Amino acid sequence: MKKNLLPFGVVALIAALPLVLKDNYYLHLMILFLMWVVIGSAWNLIAGYTGQVSFGDAAFFGCGAYTAGLLATHLGVSTWWGLALGGFTAVAVGLPFGWICFRMRGAYFALATLALNEVLRHGATIAENFTGGMVGILIMPTFISKIPYYYIALAMAVASLASLQWVVRSKPGYYFVSIREDQDAAESLGIDTHFYKMLSLAYAAFWTGIAGALYMNYMGFIDPTVVFNLHDISIMAILVGIVGGVGTVYGPAVGAFVMVAVQEMFRSGFFGLFKWLGAVSGSASLVHVAEVLTQAHVLGFGILVVLVILVLPNGIVGDWPKIRKRVFRLGAGT
Amino acid sequence: MDVFLQTLVAGILKGGLYALIGIGMTLIMGVMGIINLAHGQLMMLAMYVTFVLNRMGVDPYLSLFVAMPLLFLLGVAIQKFLLNPLIKADTILPENQVLMTVGIGMALTEIVRFIFSSDYKYITTGYADKTFFLGSISFSMALTIAFGIALAFTAAMFFFLVRTDLGRSIRATAQDKDAATLMGVNTGRITVITFGLGAGLVAAAGCLLAPVYYIFPDLGGPFTAKAFIITILGGLGSTVGAIFGGVTLGLAESMGATYFGMEYEDIIGLTIFVLVLLFLPGGFKRLTKV
Repeated sequence: MKKNLLPFGVVALIAALPLVLKDNYYLHLMILFLMWVVIGSAWNLIAGYTGQVSFGDAAFFGCGAYTAGLLATHLGVSTWWGLALGGFTAVAVGLPFGWICFRMRGAYFALATLALNEVLRHGATIAENFTGGMVGILIMPTFISKIPYYYIALAMAVASLASLQWVVRSKPGYYFVSIREDQDAAESLGIDTHFYKMLSLAYAAFWTGIAGALYMNYMGFIDPTVVFNLHDISIMAILVGIVGGVGTVYGPAVGAFVMVAVQEMFRSGFFGLFKWLGAVSGSASLVHVAEVLTQAHVLGFGILVVLVILVLPNGIVGDWPKIRKRVFRLGAGT
Repeated sequence: MDVFLQTLVAGILKGGLYALIGIGMTLIMGVMGIINLAHGQLMMLAMYVTFVLNRMGVDPYLSLFVAMPLLFLLGVAIQKFLLNPLIKADTILPENQVLMTVGIGMALTEIVRFIFSSDYKYITTGYADKTFFLGSISFSMALTIAFGIALAFTAAMFFFLVRTDLGRSIRATAQDKDAATLMGVNTGRITVITFGLGAGLVAAAGCLLAPVYYIFPDLGGPFTAKAFIITILGGLGSTVGAIFGGVTLGLAESMGATYFGMEYEDIIGLTIFVLVLLFLPGGFKRLTKV
C-alpha cells in the first residue's frame, strides 16, 4: 500500500513546488528534469524493455522540435500545435527507419539509429531554405513566467509514466520483454517480433518527439546542432535510463533527476562552490578550477558513463537492493 | 574524362587510408562482437601524438613507430580494465560494452581538448602539398606515400592473420569463442591483444592522415562513423571486406564531392550504408565469401 502511494506523493510534492520555490533558476532545472523524465522513459521502453538500444533519440527529439518550429515559421500557426503533431512526425520518421533497420540486431541497430540522427542533422543543416540551416529557428515564447511550462512539463511527465506503466503491464509489454530476453524464442512462439519492435519504436519516438516540441516552445530557439546533438540529447537519454535503472518504470525518473543535477553541477562549477571558495580564500587557483570544471561537463559525462556501467550496471532503481545492502553493511561496520 | 580520372585517383588514395581504419574496427568487431565507438577517438589521439612529435622535429611517418606501440598499450589497457570486467557483470542490456566505448570516446576527446584546446592544428612537412603528375592526373605526394604504407600494413596484417599462430587464434576466437576455448586458446588474452591491434592499426591511419588533414579534438566522431560504415559495407569481421569497403567509401565520397557538392560528402556515406543494409545485408563478404 505504501509503495503504491509513493509516486502520487512525489507528484503532489512536485506539483506543489512552485508555490514555495519562486526562483526561476530552480524552476528551469525542474522543467528540464520533467522533460528528461519523458525522454528517459521513452528510451527505457525501446531499450530497457524491448532491448533495442537506441543511440539516436536526438533524431526523434529534433523531429518534434522542428515540427513545432517549422509550423510556426511556414504556416504561421502557434508552436503549440507542435505539441500535438511533433510526436506523430517523429513516428512518421521512426517507422520507415525501423522497418529497414530492425533487420539488424543489438549493437548494429544502435549504430543505425546513430546514423539516422546524423542524416537528419546534416539534412536540417543543408536544407537552409526550409529549416533555416545553422541559423536555426527563433520564436517568441508564449509565456514569460515559467510556471505554465512547469505544469505542462509535469502533465507530460505524469502522462508518459502512466502510459509506460500501462504499456508494460499490457500484452505488448510482455512481448517486448520476451524480445529482449530471446528474440528467436519469441519468434518461435509466434510473436511477430518485427511488428512489436516497430510498435515499441513508435511509442518511444512519439514521446521523444513531444518532448522535443516542448523544448521548442520552452526554449524558443533551436538549430541542428542543438536538437540533433549526440552528447547532449542521445547520450544523455541513455545515461538517464542507465543511471536510473534499465527496464524499470520509475528508473528514468530517478535517473533524470540525478543527471540534470549532475549536468548542472558541472555547468555551474558545483553551483558556484569553487568560485565562492576562491573568492573567500582569495586563491586564484580555485577560481581557475571553477573555470576548468565548467568546461569539463562533457568529460564528466564520459567518466560518469564509464563509472556507472562498471559499478551500477542496472542503475539506481535496478541495483537498489545491492546499494541498500552495501550501505547497510557499511552502517553496521561503523 | 580528366576530372573523372582525377576523382577516381583521389578516391582510391583516400580509400587506402579508410581501409586501414576499417580493418582495426572489423578485427575488434569480429573477435568481440562489439562495436568500438571510440575508434575514431583513438585515431585522433594518434594524430595528436604525431603532432607533438612533429613539434619536436620528428617526421610524421617516423612517429608511426611511437604512436602505434602507445596506442597498442592504451587499447590493451582499455580492454583489460574497462571492457573485460563487463562480460562478467550481470545486466539486462548486452550493449553495455558498446556504451562503455562511447564513454571512453567522450572522455578521450575531452581530455585532449583540455590539453590542446579546440583549435585546429596543422603539421607542416616539406611534402604535404607536393604533387607529381602521371599524364594530366595529379597525385598528392603525402597521400600516395600514405596509400603505400597503408597497403603494406594491410598485407602484413593479412599475412599475420592467415599464417601465424597468434593470427590463427584470433580468427578461431572470432569464429567460435567456445570452440576456441576448448581448443586451448586463451580467449581472454586474445580479446586484449585484438583490441590492442585494432588501436595500433587505427593509430597508423592517424599518423598517415596527420600531414594532410587538420587535427582537432572532435575529429573522432565522424571517423568512428566512417569506420562503422566501412565495416558494414565490407561485412562484419571480414578483413578483405574492410579493404573493399574502405576503397568504396573513399571513391563514393570523392565522386560525391565532385559531382554533387562538398556539403553532401558525409551524407553519401550514410546513404550507402542504408542501401547496403537494404540490398546487400552482410556486405561484400556475401559476394566474396572471404
